[in-house]
Amino acid sequence: MKSSRRNFLKIAGIAALGVGAKPVFDTFAAVGGHGPTEPAPIFKSSEEALTANHWAMVVDTRKIRSERDVAPLFRACHQVHNVPDMPLKRHEIKWIWAESFHHAFPDLHSELISDKIARTPFPVLCNHCENPPCVRVCPTKATFKRESDGIVVMDYHRCIGCRFCLAACPYGARSFNFFNPDDYIKEVNLKFAKRTKGVVEKCNFCEERLAEGIIPACVEVSNGILTFGDLRDSRSSVRKLIAENFTIRRKVHLGTSPAVYYIV
Amino acid sequence: MLEKAFKGSKLYYGWMLGLLTIIGISFGFYLWQFNAGLGITGLSRDVSWGFYIAQFTFLVGVAASAVMVVLPYYLHDYKAFGRITIMGEFLAVSAVTMCLLFIIVDLGQPIRALNVLLYPSPGSILFWDMIVLNGYLLLNIVIGWKVLEAERHNVHYPMWVKPLIYLSIPWAVSIHTVTAFLYCGLPGRGFWMTAIIAPRFLSSAFAAGPALLILLCLFVRKISKFDPGWEQIQTLAKIVTYAIILNVFFLLCEIFVVFYAQIPEHMDHFKYLFVGLQGKGALVPFMWTSMILMVLAIALLIPSQFRQNETVLLIACLAVFVGTWIDKGLGFISGGFTPNPLHVVNEYLPTGPELMISLGVYATGVFILSVLFKIALTIKEELYA
Repeated sequence: MKSSRRNFLKIAGIAALGVGAKPVFDTFAAVGGHGPTEPAPIFKSSEEALTANHWAMVVDTRKIRSERDVAPLFRACHQVHNVPDMPLKRHEIKWIWAESFHHAFPDLHSELISDKIARTPFPVLCNHCENPPCVRVCPTKATFKRESDGIVVMDYHRCIGCRFCLAACPYGARSFNFFNPDDYIKEVNLKFAKRTKGVVEKCNFCEERLAEGIIPACVEVSNGILTFGDLRDSRSSVRKLIAENFTIRRKVHLGTSPAVYYIV
Repeated sequence: MLEKAFKGSKLYYGWMLGLLTIIGISFGFYLWQFNAGLGITGLSRDVSWGFYIAQFTFLVGVAASAVMVVLPYYLHDYKAFGRITIMGEFLAVSAVTMCLLFIIVDLGQPIRALNVLLYPSPGSILFWDMIVLNGYLLLNIVIGWKVLEAERHNVHYPMWVKPLIYLSIPWAVSIHTVTAFLYCGLPGRGFWMTAIIAPRFLSSAFAAGPALLILLCLFVRKISKFDPGWEQIQTLAKIVTYAIILNVFFLLCEIFVVFYAQIPEHMDHFKYLFVGLQGKGALVPFMWTSMILMVLAIALLIPSQFRQNETVLLIACLAVFVGTWIDKGLGFISGGFTPNPLHVVNEYLPTGPELMISLGVYATGVFILSVLFKIALTIKEELYA
């Protein structure tokens, strides 16, 4: 009697282990290409969707005279994406914001830099790196690089809130919901998902707008400061700007290959 | 064997009840964090890992250090350690449990924790950490239990345990190596971007763990009829001596590279920790205390006449434990996040609720350790006393 109960427990234990381990083995079994655990696309694309092989952005900082020129970009983005306005600075959630040259490019900074550059607010956002460290470290593939257009996207429903990606991002582009964001959103945009507490979020290059054929919200209101286009298309607007102007990217020495270029 | 944990003195029951009370109170704080969010901690968007992850890192070391009693006994047939291997293994069980709990309390969405299994991502070091920690926990429970059971019945442990014991040796090294890889593979975090992190972790672990084991041995001798033994404690003391020297040596190597090369990305974190940066330096007194304690410990441990005096040894082990704890459990994590990637110093300090939750995890670990040690000691008393 006692031994049969023991045997039952043994078998039950092994069975439980098997159930837990199955997806792990599935992953290793899937050789190359997409494993069965690749998340499904979040937004269905329609016929008028804007597509690219690798979306990229060029920021023409010559056109920025003061904070007033860039503030509308941030407002537009944060309003469209239900980004909460957290009361404490350390809990701040930012998708796109302004930094001084010194902070945006700490490795290029010099004390003797021109006054104009020192005063210019540099818009910074997720760089949608071609080699993103945040994607590499995510233990659940809640953040991943979309094969179709290079956007580094988030699945807010899968994120466990371990914040490994915050540690991995060398640009401080990721924010964590330390509290329930609901109470801090002024006007809710019902067309875009709100987040819950305990998950990470960041700029998504307006993937939801691209799917409907509209350019990103910040680009739309930027008066030409921001240009958005396909990095792999040599005739695209971004490629033209990159070819004709001297551009810099943030912390290129780290090998992340950011897709946001700055004309200084 | 579990029944042994239920038979004890009033003092034992009082101790366990006290621990349960602490666990209960701190669970209340955890429920608060669970409902409100991690905002009730001192964490920020700049210092996004803090006290919890630091304790996790330190305790992985304590867990890994069980290998320092397992390896000499099983691989080199160093018989003397046969008396205390079980203490090392059970210490590892308790330490790994605390590690796992510290990870859980640090998650923003703990109810989704099993997503790590549901969507396994071999590219993520956290995935591997989950595997090695759980594996190590399982190995130590099975090995410890089976070997103790066999010892109790005065028979040899079953043969299938032997390969598990051998496996547990490299596995112990792996848990701390993988934990080091969590940090040292991140571009843009200059403080951690060094291949010496894993060796440093292991050396500080092999100092802190055996130091704690010595303290436990001295304590066990006081409260029970089982004596872990003079030779055993002295051998452990030698292990602590070598390991703490190596740890300080590795740290000095790192300090040379960083301050001779003078690359700000690497140097500024050390400046923040040891002299303060941009006018902020909450950790400065702690870091110097840590350095002084480790150097003091070396001075007390090298001369054999000091080491053989158990009062001096006790002080030295306390110095090693507290010194390495400050280094890893306070400085290492928040130091890596300060200054942030944009070169701004935003300091981190843990909050009251955060410390209460941490206390609860530690109390859980001590509770498990008490249960396991009670079982082991009762059996050892029957055998040796």
